[in-house]
Amino acid sequence: MVELATPAAATTDASQQTVAAVPNKLEVRNLTIRYGSEVALRDVSLSIREHEIFGIIGPANAGKTSFLKAINRMDVFTSGMRVDGEIHFAGRDTRRLNNVYALRSRIGVVFPLPVGLPMTVYDNVALSPRLRGINEKAELDVIVQRCLTRAALWDEVKDRLNALGSLLSGGQQQRLTIARALSQEPDLLMLDEFSIAVDPVTTMRIEDVLKELRKEVTIILVTNLVQQARRLADRTAFFLGGECVEIGVTEDLFTGEVKDQRTRDYVEGRFG
Amino acid sequence: MATANPTMFQASDLNRHNDSVQRRYRLLFGLMTLLLITPVMLILGTLVAKGGGAISWEFLFSAPTDGMRTGGIFPALLGTVWLVTVALLLSVPIGIFAAIYLSEYAGDNWFTRIINLAIINLAGVPSIVHALFGLGAFVIFFKFGTSILAASLTLAVMTMPVVIVATRESLQAVPQAFREACWNMGATRWQTIRRVVLPNSLTGILTGVILEVSRTAGETAPIMFTGAVFFTPFLPNSVFDQTMALSLHLFVTATQVPGISEEVPFGVALVLIGLVLTMNSVSIAFRMWLRGKKKW
Repeated sequence: MVELATPAAATTDASQQTVAAVPNKLEVRNLTIRYGSEVALRDVSLSIREHEIFGIIGPANAGKTSFLKAINRMDVFTSGMRVDGEIHFAGRDTRRLNNVYALRSRIGVVFPLPVGLPMTVYDNVALSPRLRGINEKAELDVIVQRCLTRAALWDEVKDRLNALGSLLSGGQQQRLTIARALSQEPDLLMLDEFSIAVDPVTTMRIEDVLKELRKEVTIILVTNLVQQARRLADRTAFFLGGECVEIGVTEDLFTGEVKDQRTRDYVEGRFG
Repeated sequence: MATANPTMFQASDLNRHNDSVQRRYRLLFGLMTLLLITPVMLILGTLVAKGGGAISWEFLFSAPTDGMRTGGIFPALLGTVWLVTVALLLSVPIGIFAAIYLSEYAGDNWFTRIINLAIINLAGVPSIVHALFGLGAFVIFFKFGTSILAASLTLAVMTMPVVIVATRESLQAVPQAFREACWNMGATRWQTIRRVVLPNSLTGILTGVILEVSRTAGETAPIMFTGAVFFTPFLPNSVFDQTMALSLHLFVTATQVPGISEEVPFGVALVLIGLVLTMNSVSIAFRMWLRGKKKW
């Protein structure tokens, strides 16, 4: 794990050797997701290792968001969504888990469009700790400051913690969303096209934040910017039309070492 | 850079046509708005002109005398406050809780669709039908007699669907993304409702409730058979007493008392409408305050 914390400067061989010893954070077996009779994701099996950034790329309707929803057991809130297969998180089959609230509280999610909840910046970040039963002001103060700092937002909002979170700028709200996800003290952070509504400078700042965070949490990064996956992800999966076409070390995908011609076409921008 | 086309900003025939069409529509909409407020102004004007002279401290706070020809309207005013308060105590909690269930918990299936349909239909039932229902159910079957309780229950049944609809709309005005963000953190439905949904819809719900108050205050038919009386020398002491009410008092003084001064029914109407308008201004002030605090 210590080796993994260093940026991916290691050669492909070395990094594969290292990660082989690392336990899988998430194991997905034969995952199929349907909405009514329509199949959104077909028979996907993959595993995500502890402390890696796992990229998922693919065009719209590839099943990327559905994949994240299934992991978080958000399917129960979506009428008509049916999930078959197994998803093992921290050694437990989440499909059979009764305490889905505990599962979701271990997984932080960041949405494509920033969702600043209509409460103060402070309350946004303190919400999850409060849901866990932490009510002491001093303890909350520490958590709020730590999470906002880690999300690279503290300096911008430290003087207006009592301003409404929903009135921050788009980029700030997205970092607030990340701070809120971090306040869950998650084992797994899932980002769903987080940069869609964020300017390039903020995007780069958030990417730097993610590079830091990978020391502590496992990250699934769904993105439609293939270069973003290349910058951040250790391994990347390519989803297309509900199928997981390819999974590989990110750099391999971009240097043409692919098993499927479609991956090369997508990565090189020949279709979208 | 190319030089701009010199005729680029000159109005074309199409521009002029579009502009004159939009002016005509604006005129139409403006006239309709004027038309809308005309009856309100006429009613208020007439009431103030003809009933304003009747309003006095004594008129508001003493009992009627001489077969209601003289004296005041205090028992009716107090009775209306009783009826509205008890009706709201019954309908608001039930209505709000039911709306929360329907909006936040119930799935979209044939059962909830039937319930929603029933609520809409209930809101459309004429008040005289509610009156007869109240007479049969509360006065006779439950043996409450003609009492504030029976009348308020009738009013509650009548107003409940409106409370439900208003509440459900305020709840659904809270963006779904907020709920999902909360659920994703591991919050239960109730935690989400309590911390995110309710705080952001409460003012809307209260606005709906206040508007409901004014409607309840003015209803006559539902209370005529169930709890309100022409005249009683006693002020109500409990919900099992009969009471006078402003709306019924207006009907009585306007049609049933020979030789009464014209000023009295107009004065009663003025007090009733004043009560309603006061409630409405509270609701409007509330909404303006809410808009100032718009959170997303």
